[in-house]
Amino acid sequence: MSELMQFLLSGATVGAVYALVALGFTIIYNASDVVNFAQGEFVMLGGMTTVFAHAAGLPLPLAALVAVVATSALGVALNKLAIEPARGAPVVSLIIITIGASIFIRGAAQLVFDKQIHRFPAFTGDDPLHILGATILPQSLWVIGGALVVFVALWLFFTRTLTGRAVLATSNNRLAAQLVGINTNWVMTLSFALSAGIGALAGVLVTPITMTSYDVGIALALKGFAAAMLGGMGNPKGALVGGILLGLLESLTAGYLSSTYKDAAAFIVILGVLFFMPQGLFGRKSTDRV
Amino acid sequence: MKLTPKTATLLVLAALIALTPLFFPSGYYYRVGALIFVNGLSVLGIVILTGYAGQVSLGHAGFAGIGAYACALAPVHLGLHPALAIVLGAVISAIMAWLVGRPILRLKGYYLGVASLGFGILVSMVLSNERWLTKGPDGIEVPDLGLRDLLKDMGLKLANGEFWYFFSGICLLIGAWLVLNLYNSPTGRALRALHGSEIAARTVGVDVAKLKLQAFVISAVYASVAGSLLALMNKFVTPDVAGFMHSIEMVTMAVLGGAGSVLGAIFGAGILTLLPQVLTVFAEYEQLMLGAVMMLVMIFMRDGLLPSVLRKIRGRGE
Amino acid sequence: MSLLEIQGLGITFGGLRAVHDVSFKVKPGEIVSVIGPNGAGKTTLFNMISGVYQPGAGKVVLSGEDVTAMSPHLLARRGMSRTFQNLQIFQGMTVLENAVSGYHLQERGPILADLLGLPSSRRRARAAEEGARALLARVGLDRAAEREAANLSYGALKRLEIARALALQPKVLLLDEPAAGCNAVETEEIDHLIAEVAASGVAILLVEHDMKMVMRISNHIVVLDHGEKIAEGDPATVSRDPAVIAAYLGTEAEHAHG
Repeated sequence: MSELMQFLLSGATVGAVYALVALGFTIIYNASDVVNFAQGEFVMLGGMTTVFAHAAGLPLPLAALVAVVATSALGVALNKLAIEPARGAPVVSLIIITIGASIFIRGAAQLVFDKQIHRFPAFTGDDPLHILGATILPQSLWVIGGALVVFVALWLFFTRTLTGRAVLATSNNRLAAQLVGINTNWVMTLSFALSAGIGALAGVLVTPITMTSYDVGIALALKGFAAAMLGGMGNPKGALVGGILLGLLESLTAGYLSSTYKDAAAFIVILGVLFFMPQGLFGRKSTDRV
Repeated sequence: MKLTPKTATLLVLAALIALTPLFFPSGYYYRVGALIFVNGLSVLGIVILTGYAGQVSLGHAGFAGIGAYACALAPVHLGLHPALAIVLGAVISAIMAWLVGRPILRLKGYYLGVASLGFGILVSMVLSNERWLTKGPDGIEVPDLGLRDLLKDMGLKLANGEFWYFFSGICLLIGAWLVLNLYNSPTGRALRALHGSEIAARTVGVDVAKLKLQAFVISAVYASVAGSLLALMNKFVTPDVAGFMHSIEMVTMAVLGGAGSVLGAIFGAGILTLLPQVLTVFAEYEQLMLGAVMMLVMIFMRDGLLPSVLRKIRGRGE
Repeated sequence: MSLLEIQGLGITFGGLRAVHDVSFKVKPGEIVSVIGPNGAGKTTLFNMISGVYQPGAGKVVLSGEDVTAMSPHLLARRGMSRTFQNLQIFQGMTVLENAVSGYHLQERGPILADLLGLPSSRRRARAAEEGARALLARVGLDRAAEREAANLSYGALKRLEIARALALQPKVLLLDEPAAGCNAVETEEIDHLIAEVAASGVAILLVEHDMKMVMRISNHIVVLDHGEKIAEGDPATVSRDPAVIAAYLGTEAEHAHG
């Protein structure tokens, strides 16, 4: 029982990170139909920038803030310099552009920072807490809590604010949104800033547990993408559920079956979902317009 | 006889393969050339899948892995001749592609991407983890193809690099010939039609799901054979051959050069194979440059390098 | 006997009743037009008949066989062919290749033969090409055969789509606004073409905004408004129908008859 609890807790922690990455995918996908494979690099940048800003003498909260803001700015730059100029390009071109961006960012990070593995201290110490016979790091609570706060805040933003509704309207029908006077280019800029910022925040939260280095992004991007597909591409609720499910699944596989195949289990389940529920758990069915 | 685009392409390719060695300053270049040809062969499959049919796979390295490890394992465990191991790998790849693709290719957009990605990662994980069979991440030796010895017995002596240069060059020519045949054939036309408008293709009677599946299976066989050749040439293979980055490399090579054209895709394979060789001096900057090239070409030359450049030349001529 | 029979067809999109309980029949050689104001559900009706949308209710019967919600490529094998309101041309292909694509069902063969470029494969392709060239001549596009389809004018692309649809040698042909964007001369050409095709025994179902054309060539007219059939009959009857005038002709009849 306590063993199961342990696996569930660690699964929820990893899952919360996947959920945030998946959310990043979802926001950009909704605004622009682009699957941004550089999403994982945002997480890496969040962690790495905090590490180096902290080492340079900034207090941790300020370093984290710098990391999130800087990464958001990079997200905007990515949109302006690489995605907007390629508007209307075929899917495969956009995939290569964002993968190119991810390789480029990784290459730059390796030069600007270094190739070492880093971490910074946990926010509230490293003494494990005991819950139902299992232990959990305080930082894990930060990760899970942080993810929940982000999701609630985003939900309020999308449903309660005019700007948020403009973003939703754009994702439903870009042309119609333009016709009613929504600046869809601005919506895209906002979406990239938001999703880069969320990615960076995930990186800040999880680095004390998993540590970080210049090349952690790609694996996170793949898992986050998989989680987004599992939940149903384009649905924030799907991103949350898909991310948590994927995290739990990995942790249970690692615990009860085989740790070498924990990543495999995730992809097998994703193949299964695609075979039997092609729209994902919460995806909407699309209809051709001809 | 009128020179069709098909014949012209094959002649250019044959001439390049035959004449470039005249300018090789050392034997090392044969190896680089052979590597370009093998990569070109795997990219030809992407021409059919992505260039013709417009479908994106992010896991084709999985098939290259199957082809490569078939050549490493089948001769040792099954006593197969390496040449037959290539065939075995291709058959397994075709079956796997059929099984993975059949349910997925009814769907649109990113689904094939994510499913193939999952498949590719599974293959590379199995290759890394099943040490009892594959010896794990450090790689495994691959037996000799034996063809070079056969040629020697027949009086044709070739250095190892030379042999692989010409052998893979011939394989590339055959592969290109098949892809070019397909282009203007009924099946090729239907593939390009579904790329242009899937709904219109269906209304003229194209069984879209079946055709996409055929394109997926054929491109998997290309990747598998190329993987086999790579393993046999290096006499060694590691699970990296099936890795995600290798899948991305394949798609990038094709799209960078111009996925719709055979020469373009091979050109793309050439550039991306040479880039790391040229950049060894700047090893630190390799990723930075690669990423920048990928983005810039896709933003400014959507059809890929070769078609864009050709159009510019033609535009000036008029 | 009717070739195509529509029985109580209906569909809803997100609670909105786009088409409701529409029935009619089309006989071989007959031209049946579906008219109605914008948003009346004409194209949606076409999309249900041609298998692009799955109808929520009702049946589509082709040559006595229930073909409701059957995939378009299976409908094509049974002799149904169509064009699209907003063009669905194969991008990246020449005009000729677009037309040849219409012969897919005749020219298709084993993929292995096509890969190897076997004589059988080339023979199939050549036969299709000959047919396509003849069809292009028939719609007046023979001289544009080698051009990139994307570079053609809108009216020319409309005719190209008709040629592609005719390549299937259909029993039933669905034409969604074939004359839209065409000038008077082009419209008359299309007019003749449709009459000619119908005369060869093909059942034609037409959606068209050009009222003159509809009144001139239709044997039978079905009027839709807000997704429902409000009238049907021969052109003379329909144009006198008060419900039709109220819903539709009142706004456009001036153009048509004035």
